Amino acid sequence: MDQKNIGRHFILLGFGCLLVSITFGLVASLQYVVPHLFGDVLSFRTTRPLHVFLAINWIFACVTGVAYNAWPQVAGRPLHSYGLAQIHFFMHLATVLVVIIGFFSGTFSGREYLEFPVWVSGLIVGYWLLFVYNYFKTVHPDLRGAPVYIWSWTAGLVFFLITMTEAHLWLLPWFNDNIIRDVTVQWKANGSMVGAWNMLIYGSSMFIMERVSGNTTATRGRTAFLFFFLGFTNLMFNWGHHTYVVPAHPVVKQVAYIISMTELILFANIIMKWRRNMGSQTPPNSVLTVTFFSIADRWILMNLALAIAISVPYINQFTHGTQITVAHAMGTTIGINTTLLLGCVSWIVEQSVSRASRKHIILASRWLHWSLLVFWCSLLVTGFIRSAGTIGSLPFVRITEQMLPWLRVFSLAGVALVAALVAIIISLVKPILVRTDVA
Amino acid sequence: MRKIYFIVCLMTTYIAYSAWVYTGGTGSVVKMESAAQNGKRIWQRSNCQNCHQLFGLGGYMGPDLTSVTTDKRRGANYARAIILSGGNNMPNYHFTASEADDIIAYLDHVNKAATANIR
Repeated sequence: MDQKNIGRHFILLGFGCLLVSITFGLVASLQYVVPHLFGDVLSFRTTRPLHVFLAINWIFACVTGVAYNAWPQVAGRPLHSYGLAQIHFFMHLATVLVVIIGFFSGTFSGREYLEFPVWVSGLIVGYWLLFVYNYFKTVHPDLRGAPVYIWSWTAGLVFFLITMTEAHLWLLPWFNDNIIRDVTVQWKANGSMVGAWNMLIYGSSMFIMERVSGNTTATRGRTAFLFFFLGFTNLMFNWGHHTYVVPAHPVVKQVAYIISMTELILFANIIMKWRRNMGSQTPPNSVLTVTFFSIADRWILMNLALAIAISVPYINQFTHGTQITVAHAMGTTIGINTTLLLGCVSWIVEQSVSRASRKHIILASRWLHWSLLVFWCSLLVTGFIRSAGTIGSLPFVRITEQMLPWLRVFSLAGVALVAALVAIIISLVKPILVRTDVA
Repeated sequence: MRKIYFIVCLMTTYIAYSAWVYTGGTGSVVKMESAAQNGKRIWQRSNCQNCHQLFGLGGYMGPDLTSVTTDKRRGANYARAIILSGGNNMPNYHFTASEADDIIAYLDHVNKAATANIR
């Protein structure tokens, strides 16, 4: 392995995870329509956790690749240890392979989003510590006077460790034997963990926005820091809106409602300002980055509207535990996180992308946006039907029958979404494989 | 420096809030018996939350089971039968009768905690 290309390897690992994740996601979506598709060989019990685990790993591997590319540029010196970064890569790859094999053999810890056996978490924490060590030794982050992306990266790296630890508190009887505490802390850890990886993605996106625009004041300005602190506050306290249905102390819910989803408003504000500044003078080598960031911008606004709606306790009690929550998760994971990461990767490779490939990617990005919109809307309608059926005390079989036409739309939109992502990945992977100077 | 002070304040609040969530914020009056503890282990080992939700946490293929044991339409016996033989979308996991009883004990505990803790 060429040491200088460690970022490239992580991005390729991320794309691999994304391709396999969307394949299993597609199979899982079809299994809503045809439940026993593939029988016991590839049941929903395997496809869903694989889809979720690999989607999360796409985000982590890709943002790691982007970070390994960005940190030497920020610091003005090479990465502190390529050797440790290589160990990090092989540990991450081994984790992915072990978990895939484990899920196929039916080995689960049974914890939502972290369904792999507990000892795998040790591997994850191990490689994360190498990542954190390389960050601190390369960037030497001095928060006084640092741009906002340094704050975001630092917060994301540290809070992933905190939330990963917190997600395993259930191993202690104090948490495990109290279902209210267990579920609340599980939501707390998972919710904040999403905040931690958002910090990493936003940090990387802000760094790239600064490089594309050449404007270094935006990432040091008051708005950027207002955004950071609101995002950070959301990371720590906003998870509570998931627990409206859990009979924990009411203060948990009140805190969550007050904090609400202010984070996304400011992020949208920053991106819109940045786009306005770019205007017609988009640098020719950043067209793809601007295209993907613009799509993310639209999804931030749409998801923001949905997030605010489902954060209202009265509405939340009808929407929670329905596909409306999934729509919010999909809008965030694909519409915001994935498009931001595709924009980041585009920034790294765009110089090597041919004009014809650029046209294909732009076309596929539009296809991605519209198919995701249909996918998202079908989930909203399905969730609404489930909610109405539950309120009307309909048997679950009847509710499923009513949801079926919209689940078919959801599956078809899923096929279109996969096609768009595959087209984009193929066009972006080619220059990564050709280039040798991508850090 | 103001930013540093601010982040220290936020972190301190976070630690204090977390400590409260781990203790008083999530106190429960219902004690988990050993059958329910065993049922929880089976629930996790079988990855039941992949399809079913408890308090809104879990997958969407199957119904929410938070209050299944006292649900007028379903109830503990109905749930036990499905656990033992599978259902419309649910495969047969070949649970033993004792395992099914433990899962029901766990679901019953969840239901009791849900209703006893309403604040």
